[in-house]
Amino acid sequence: MIIADRKPFDEIMSMLAPYRDILVLGCNECVTVCAVGGAKEVAILASQIRLRRTKDRISSEVHEKTIERQCDIEYLEELKDTIGGYDAVLSLACGCGVQFLGERYTDVLVLPGVNTTFMGVTERHGLWTERCQGCGNCVLHRTMGICPVTRCAKSIFNGPCGGSSEGRCEIDKDTPCAWHLIIERYKKKGMMDMYMEIVSPKDWSTARDGGPRKRQREDMEI
Amino acid sequence: MRISYPTSVKIIKVPCTGRVDIIHILKAFEGGADGIYLVGCLEGDCHYLTGNIRAKKRVKYLKTLLDESGIGGQRVSMYNVSSAEGLRFAEIAKEFTERIKSLGPNPFKLNKIKSTRDSGRGGI
Repeated sequence: MIIADRKPFDEIMSMLAPYRDILVLGCNECVTVCAVGGAKEVAILASQIRLRRTKDRISSEVHEKTIERQCDIEYLEELKDTIGGYDAVLSLACGCGVQFLGERYTDVLVLPGVNTTFMGVTERHGLWTERCQGCGNCVLHRTMGICPVTRCAKSIFNGPCGGSSEGRCEIDKDTPCAWHLIIERYKKKGMMDMYMEIVSPKDWSTARDGGPRKRQREDMEI
Repeated sequence: MRISYPTSVKIIKVPCTGRVDIIHILKAFEGGADGIYLVGCLEGDCHYLTGNIRAKKRVKYLKTLLDESGIGGQRVSMYNVSSAEGLRFAEIAKEFTERIKSLGPNPFKLNKIKSTRDSGRGGI
């Protein structure tokens, strides 16, 4: 899923400063699961804004709503009768949701309340870690299910590098060396022959380097 | 035991401090509370195993949210008292009340009353 972090409160307050009537809009998907932009976080942030604005004697109306998905046109439709009534909408969705909301309602000012950070997993309650960079050409079948693009700081394909020490990456002792993990799995499965093959440089044109990407299925189009 | 504690302290019963969510406390401040403290069981004695530990973590996080909001994190606290410590319960009530008195009223409440009076509209 997509992981995000709430923006610093002061940054949010300065973004909202020129606007009186505000809608804090949550999203029921990824940002709910990573506890940054669901109905609960909408209620907390809206309450914080009300408390701060009243303390600073700023006249304001702060409203709350959470929809199923901000990245899906059919769920944005339910806002059509009400969204025009606000001076600004603070979206707690990922960058996709913020943009798509703004595309659907071009007259509405949509502001981001979170920083979208990565695609990852919930390792345990309260801890999310990165697993995929969406490079567009998956190599997990060759690397024993561990992604060298994402989990190796250098994204190298013939690792490890000299910065690997006792299974840890030189960038941070808490970060496992992805290539150490890959080799351990090769050994466990008796597949070290696969490791010995030199992998040629990756074609990054399927990743972000190739520009904005799209996927289309004509058979699904109505 | 007939131990008295300040009448300004209003008790809200919950099955476990682990039930108390951050939004409950923020709403209490929006409702005009000057300070809020949680009184949970002693650590290690939670009937639900870790409810009081989770409440403690939430209170710590809540303090940062209250600092950001301008209400001040010092207006919220967590204490652990066993059901056999009535005297300690009363001491905490006095101690916390003194702390909140020294901080003064909740600034949200003060300004809300003023803005309602000045503009004639509910606002915030």
